[in-house]
Amino acid sequence: MANTTTLEAEKKITWGGGKSPFTVSYGKLMMWIFLLSDAFSFSSLLVTYGFIRFTFPASGANEIVKPLSHTAENFVEAMREAHLFSPEHWPLPELVFNHFPFLHGLHLPLFFVSLMTFVLIFSSVTMVLAVEAGHRNAKKEVAFYMLLTIFGGLAFLGCQAWEWTQFITEGASLHGNPFGPTAFAALFFIVTGFHGFHVFSGVVLNFIIYVNVLDGTYERRGHYEMVEKVGLYWHFVDLVWVFVFTFFYLI
Amino acid sequence: MSNTHDNHEAVGHHDEHAHHEENFVSKYIFSMDHKMIAKQFLITGIIMGTIGMLMSLVFRLQLAYPDTKFAFFESILGHWGKDGKLDPNFYLALITIHGTIMVFYVLTAGLSGTFSNLLIPLQVGARDMASPFMNMLSYWFFFISSIVLLCSLFVEGGPASAGWTVYPPLSALPKAIPGSGAGMTLWLVAMVLFIVSALLGGINYITTVLNMRTKGMKMTRMPLTIWAFLITAVLGLLSFPVLLGGSLLLVFDRSFGTSFYLNEIVAELAGGIERTGGSPVLFQHLFWFLGHPEVYIILLPALGITSEVIATNSRKPIFGYRAMIISILAIAFLSFIVWGHHMFMTGMNPFLGSVFMLGTLIIAVPSAVKTFNYLATLWKGNIKLTPAMLFAIGLVSFFISGGLTGIYLGNAALDINLHDTYFVVAHFHLVMGSAAIFGMMSGIYHWYPKMFGTMMSKSLGYIHFWLTFISAYCVFFPMHFMGLAGVPRRYYANTAYDQFNVFIDMNQFITIAAILGGIAQLVFLFNFFYSIRNGKRSPKNPWDSNTLEWTAPVEHLHGNWPGEIPHVYRWPYDYSKPGEESDFIPQNIPDESQNGDPMVEPKAPAVPHHTEAPPMQSQVKEVVMFSGLRRLFGFAG
Repeated sequence: MANTTTLEAEKKITWGGGKSPFTVSYGKLMMWIFLLSDAFSFSSLLVTYGFIRFTFPASGANEIVKPLSHTAENFVEAMREAHLFSPEHWPLPELVFNHFPFLHGLHLPLFFVSLMTFVLIFSSVTMVLAVEAGHRNAKKEVAFYMLLTIFGGLAFLGCQAWEWTQFITEGASLHGNPFGPTAFAALFFIVTGFHGFHVFSGVVLNFIIYVNVLDGTYERRGHYEMVEKVGLYWHFVDLVWVFVFTFFYLI
Repeated sequence: MSNTHDNHEAVGHHDEHAHHEENFVSKYIFSMDHKMIAKQFLITGIIMGTIGMLMSLVFRLQLAYPDTKFAFFESILGHWGKDGKLDPNFYLALITIHGTIMVFYVLTAGLSGTFSNLLIPLQVGARDMASPFMNMLSYWFFFISSIVLLCSLFVEGGPASAGWTVYPPLSALPKAIPGSGAGMTLWLVAMVLFIVSALLGGINYITTVLNMRTKGMKMTRMPLTIWAFLITAVLGLLSFPVLLGGSLLLVFDRSFGTSFYLNEIVAELAGGIERTGGSPVLFQHLFWFLGHPEVYIILLPALGITSEVIATNSRKPIFGYRAMIISILAIAFLSFIVWGHHMFMTGMNPFLGSVFMLGTLIIAVPSAVKTFNYLATLWKGNIKLTPAMLFAIGLVSFFISGGLTGIYLGNAALDINLHDTYFVVAHFHLVMGSAAIFGMMSGIYHWYPKMFGTMMSKSLGYIHFWLTFISAYCVFFPMHFMGLAGVPRRYYANTAYDQFNVFIDMNQFITIAAILGGIAQLVFLFNFFYSIRNGKRSPKNPWDSNTLEWTAPVEHLHGNWPGEIPHVYRWPYDYSKPGEESDFIPQNIPDESQNGDPMVEPKAPAVPHHTEAPPMQSQVKEVVMFSGLRRLFGFAG
């Protein structure tokens, strides 16, 4: 009996003022609220993608089984002749993104973007490890895992740069696209660019935190909450990538 | 002169002062104190509002006297007013910038920015905002945004001219009309800065309300102002990013050759460009996903202020406190799913149209709940007709008369006739324009003592109220008739069409009323700036109000309260509580039944609320006959 009354009393106190109802610092709450807001900016771009995507019919790709054994030079032309690439319908992503560095001329659908996704998600894992080490106030481990996270972010950005370069070399731009509708390329550059900008900002933030960790700023402060806050941001950027990846590469 | 000199000296010898001393820059310019930032927002908002209003007078003159030449047009507008005739392109620019300034810079930043900043920490019992630094950034982004927008008045081609909704293709093709060039670019830059400012502010407001309430300030003990500011911030936070996304794509369409909002039809009409695959309607979806919640971002703070002012000055608890909160939440939720009612004419599927229509009409329910609660609060109240109270009652009036036409416009079928006519202009100027401005004015008169430590002149306030109230109705009410007769909005000269010639008298009447309204604002401006230095010193709690801000000293302290922050023991509407001596009990006064524990609810009164008949006659003399004016100018004691 006594227990339930205490519980009820505590429940009332949660929102009763004088303390944070979520028992988080204001900074962390701000980060959550910012992420909620940023989710809406990504949503607006992805909704735009959906709006334009569904004004085009999908390509009749189900008929082709093996568009393989091609060289990179005439692949696009062959696809065009087969009416798989045309301005009238949305191209199949696995026919567009089928390159891999140093493996020229092989048809490797979505292999490279899978690697990118893996790199980014792995950097989230190292971020979790950094946060966990922060809880134990283990300065060296935090620094180590932050560094890995930064490398993960940089690797992802590098991959994205290669992917963009490849796409641009093949003739895609904001106002032209050999694979199909112009909007496909424009949306690709803007949405992945917007995401890439977020990753870049995240890397910069991570780097600042990393320097602070090495400096011992958080050791003196007694807690590593800043690592948690950038961690939230970093996981959000990862989560958004899952959606971007799904929209642009899978469906 | 000597004063500034002394200041310099003080700054120069800064090192000798051991205690924390603020210099001019950190106190007045890059201030991190929420009370100062509120004043910065307010004064910037008032300046922007004055500019926006002057613009409206210029185009009102054009609409009333399309054939008359005004020599002063040429002297103030240069080649936009050549030979005293307003340039048609500049007319479009004026209505666009008037709308942008009023909607975003005055009624969003000027209203929310001012009162959220001033009242959130003071009313929830916090030392300052959660992040004072971000708060300062929020103001400065807003300031830069205002400057950028005003700069667009001076670029070649003039400012953006596609209407405040900046629909493509006028906004997407830099060569479409003169204002589509550099002016439009600056508009977009200004808007991005504005969105950053709104987000920085909004994050701060929400965090402060959720995290930093003083002990005992339960969510159900918060003043309705705080509820309104909280929900407003949530609306802004979720809708402004969508405009950011939409603007980003617009920038790409304008400058980098993409075609999100442009297609073959537009390209052929424009000639010489190749654009395929986009849709101008897409922009309208993205814009109105912000645009509709934006209406409530404007209105909710005004409604929150009104709740507080009406309860205080009726000396009665607000009627239906929880119903008020629920209706705020309902309005906020519904505002996100009705944006399509701005787009009935875009060839929308009629079924989808009817869904948007249903949602729109349902908004009438929580709005009516609020209206009736205001009326019920006034009912048999011991009403004190302060200027703030008059403006609050004025808001209720506009909210009703403008809200009723909303039910017409929300109708997908009726909208075919009324879309883009003066009926729409009349509707939104009453329901969100005038109503929100009246809410803002009410807030200024009510919290002026809190901001500046002095009182504004009551009599000038009454004059300001009556002139504004009458002129606002005279301006916007006749527009309904023009709209019903089919007069389209945004036209440079209605007399170009024979069937609209009959309205020339009405247009002249409206313009004269608008000029009267402009003169009324001079009274306000004088009162506002004159009273900062020359107003009567304010007592600590001039309106006998219950909320926490009146327990803080009149002199502004960094940290708001000199000692400990007061705890809160009761809701903010204990006015005329039966069995109590005083007709108000501030929130920080404990009840005997609580034994000093703020978490316990105070005992309910044994008898129901009852108030005595108010002594109205003397007040009517003061409110209508301005009998207090003699005192102001020292004729009589």
